[in-house]
Amino acid sequence: MPKKHTFRVNGEQVQVDADENMPLLWVLRDKLGITGPKYGCGVGLCRACTSHLNGDEIQPCVVPVSECQGQEVTTIEGLANGDELHPVQQAWVDADVGQCGFCQPGQIMAAVSLLRRKPKPTDADIDAIENMCRCGTYPRLRAAIKEIAGIPTDPPGNGEPPKGPPGDKPPNGKGPDGKGPDGRPGKQPRQDDASSAEGEQSGEKESGGLFDGIKSAFG
Amino acid sequence: MAEPEPAAQDKGRGLRRRKFLTFLVAAPTLTVAGRFGFDALTEASAVPSLPSLEEVADLGEVIRLASMPTTHLMVLEVTEDTRVRFELPRVEVGQGISTSIAMVLAEEMDARLDDVDVELADSRPALHFNQITAASTTMRVLWDPVRRMAADARARLVNAAAKQWDLPAERLTTNDSAVHAPDGRTLSYGELSAAAREESGNGEPKPASEYTVVGTPVTRTDARDVVTGKARYAMDLNIEGALPTVVARPPTINGTVGAVDDAKARAMPGVVAVTEIPTGVAVSAETFYDAIRAKDALEISWNPGPIDNVSDSDIRKKLKNASHPLAAPKLRGRHLDASFDFAFVNHAPMEVESAVASVPGDGTAEVWMPSQTPIWAQGAIATELGLSRDAVAVHVTRAGGSFGRRLFADVGLEAARVSQAIGRPVKLMRTREDDMKHGRMRPAYHQKIRASYTKGEVLSFEHRVTGVGLDFDHGLGEALTSTLAQTVEGGASQYYFTASQSMPYHVGIVNHTLQEVRLDIPTSSFRSVFSGTVRAAEEVIMDELAERMGKDPLEFRRQVAKADSGKAVLTKVAEVAGWGRKLPPGHALGVGYHSEYRSHAACVVEINATDKANPRVTKAFIAADVGQVVNPKGLEAQLMGATMDGIATILQAGVHIDNGAVRESSYGDYHWTKQGDSPTRFEVHLIRTDWEPGGAGELALPAAAGAVANAYARATGTRPRSFPINH
Repeated sequence: MPKKHTFRVNGEQVQVDADENMPLLWVLRDKLGITGPKYGCGVGLCRACTSHLNGDEIQPCVVPVSECQGQEVTTIEGLANGDELHPVQQAWVDADVGQCGFCQPGQIMAAVSLLRRKPKPTDADIDAIENMCRCGTYPRLRAAIKEIAGIPTDPPGNGEPPKGPPGDKPPNGKGPDGKGPDGRPGKQPRQDDASSAEGEQSGEKESGGLFDGIKSAFG
Repeated sequence: MAEPEPAAQDKGRGLRRRKFLTFLVAAPTLTVAGRFGFDALTEASAVPSLPSLEEVADLGEVIRLASMPTTHLMVLEVTEDTRVRFELPRVEVGQGISTSIAMVLAEEMDARLDDVDVELADSRPALHFNQITAASTTMRVLWDPVRRMAADARARLVNAAAKQWDLPAERLTTNDSAVHAPDGRTLSYGELSAAAREESGNGEPKPASEYTVVGTPVTRTDARDVVTGKARYAMDLNIEGALPTVVARPPTINGTVGAVDDAKARAMPGVVAVTEIPTGVAVSAETFYDAIRAKDALEISWNPGPIDNVSDSDIRKKLKNASHPLAAPKLRGRHLDASFDFAFVNHAPMEVESAVASVPGDGTAEVWMPSQTPIWAQGAIATELGLSRDAVAVHVTRAGGSFGRRLFADVGLEAARVSQAIGRPVKLMRTREDDMKHGRMRPAYHQKIRASYTKGEVLSFEHRVTGVGLDFDHGLGEALTSTLAQTVEGGASQYYFTASQSMPYHVGIVNHTLQEVRLDIPTSSFRSVFSGTVRAAEEVIMDELAERMGKDPLEFRRQVAKADSGKAVLTKVAEVAGWGRKLPPGHALGVGYHSEYRSHAACVVEINATDKANPRVTKAFIAADVGQVVNPKGLEAQLMGATMDGIATILQAGVHIDNGAVRESSYGDYHWTKQGDSPTRFEVHLIRTDWEPGGAGELALPAAAGAVANAYARATGTRPRSFPINH
């Protein structure tokens, strides 16, 4: 039978009539119109709905609303301080973590929780984050968490001293007849292509930091 | 309830459309590939292979040609408050096209990126084939028309300012969404918008050397919405009165409803309606909780589905039996024969398939859904409802991932049927279990390869691909069959195969064939489509050929790669990954290379397979040449995601079919890549060239899949033949 449940969501007192077993996720989404927490599986596996109950990570799809009585629920919508993003949200923007974005509210809430419990998480701690990201932006998630935690990271590279490529020199971008590379429409490649193919990396992410581990470079 | 509007075509636009300058520019320009063929052989030890259809005129080129006649119908608007608004006739599924298109517009208009709004266009049948998001073609197809459109818009704004100031247009400059006179006077684009409407002007797109936006790393324009939870997907829309709806579905694939006893369900709290539809029994209720509970209380006897007696082993047998024999002639060398099996793969996007529909009974319908082919969806829904196509509006919403899953209109059709039946708007959502057990999948494949070789060179490469039929009965299939595919026996699927499959190496005589076995299992293209399996298998064989010929696998690829760009990305990836370095037992590096979409990617991964059942790719390096890069950050994200897909499909994620039912039900038993399976080091190195943008969204998957399989093989001393390896 429906009961009245009174609790706080993102700092505001709410009262809802709901079956006591109704998962918090559907209370938030269908009764309160709070749609940041996403449905992805309904059984606590994908964790796209991850939110906080009294600051601790929960999956609202498996938490009955009755357990929230008198408690404080925080969803992604309640994380920022007005227009000022929470540091984890800001790190997510800085690292351009999201792709489709669907799992990111849950990812962020999980990361906030992890960093509260363990301000300097290890790679193993990060590996233990179960939140699914079907777009596969895991390296950026890892980098963003490490950046917030101020964890010094390995220098970019493969862990070995630099070593030349095997075999002969790379091609110069032109065939022996002086024509351009493979049959693609478009302009001729720039003259500097030959050297750039093996030249110095000059990408914007060379400085490491946030992008350590996902270094990009124009080779 | 959405308010009724007179013209379906303008639905969803009526409210925000204030009449300002609307450019309808960018005349279609037909450009045909300037150069065909391949690089002359520079290495002695390779037998040349003829160019494939893919190299001459690939799928993307066909889609570009099909899109060309209507590119002038795309709409770019400059509002009085200096917003540059573009209706993108594509769907944003996370691939970053909204950001990339905004960058191209900002670049060519000299507008501030923050002033550019890229919105997803409603279905517009007038666009014909220019509203399909598929085959990594968005930037390839739209690059030229969008920058021409923007350059024209800028020219008209400049001409309007020139007239106002009585100055020659050549003396005026533009930046920050404004036109500037030499004396310092400035007019914003908003101030000029109305006057520019009367102007003509043909702008020339900038040379790449003048780019200040294109080619620079830009954070997604929706990043803030995403991190604050404001990004809205179909189920987040506030369509008044839309009832949460779920569907009870049969226990086996394509089973049908027998008898229904819904008395208990109807009596449950919140339930508004129970509706039988062809795919099951829908329950509409006040909340999804109510709907799901009542769905579970339905008593339904199900009729069997068409494949209830079929399991994985039967499917493998069917494919094997249907597979044409290898027929490569016994040339002067030796043979390497191998056969591969690939399991069904579920796309499993984070956002389950969902749609909102409003069919109020006044002869119109509105559907909100993420769709890769909205015009086709509009037609399919209209037919289903018995309405004229123009009476149906499809509003394209952002997708929580796709990977090929949004090509069809399955849930849109279901939502429309239910809404029509009950006369109320509905928001219909598949549960994850629905999505796993009844969602479309990448078909299962059996593939045979025979390569003949001598001590130093490959003489022939024969590849027989046999798969469960891939459903192309959607908008892209329609586009293909309406353009060139009718010339290929077997229709869209055969055409797609032929126009996308190409061996990027000189390996003598190459012969690829596709055979499909009809089986009543829902399928849909999966990221990289055929290449995800075909090229992965070929990359495994490339390693084994190298081994037999006593060559280093990466060096062997470099020797026989057709394209200089291919050699370059292989060289680069070898350098950054430290190819050849010594690793402890159970660890190994593996390489893969792929060329498609007029782009090239080489991947090296390092694997720890000391526990064969739980291997971990610990590092991944990609070198890519995709021509002109629009947004390096977005490109990196695409290469990253496709690498994770390569890891999942090769090592751990596949669907089982048991007596006509999908065994897996959620992410707990469908083991897609998670953080703990992903490499802790991921590097992308871009080789910068000025070719027009190639496709990049699917490019890395075959290269990564090959690299992962080869690394596993080297680490474990096995020859992987069945994928995923740990099925």
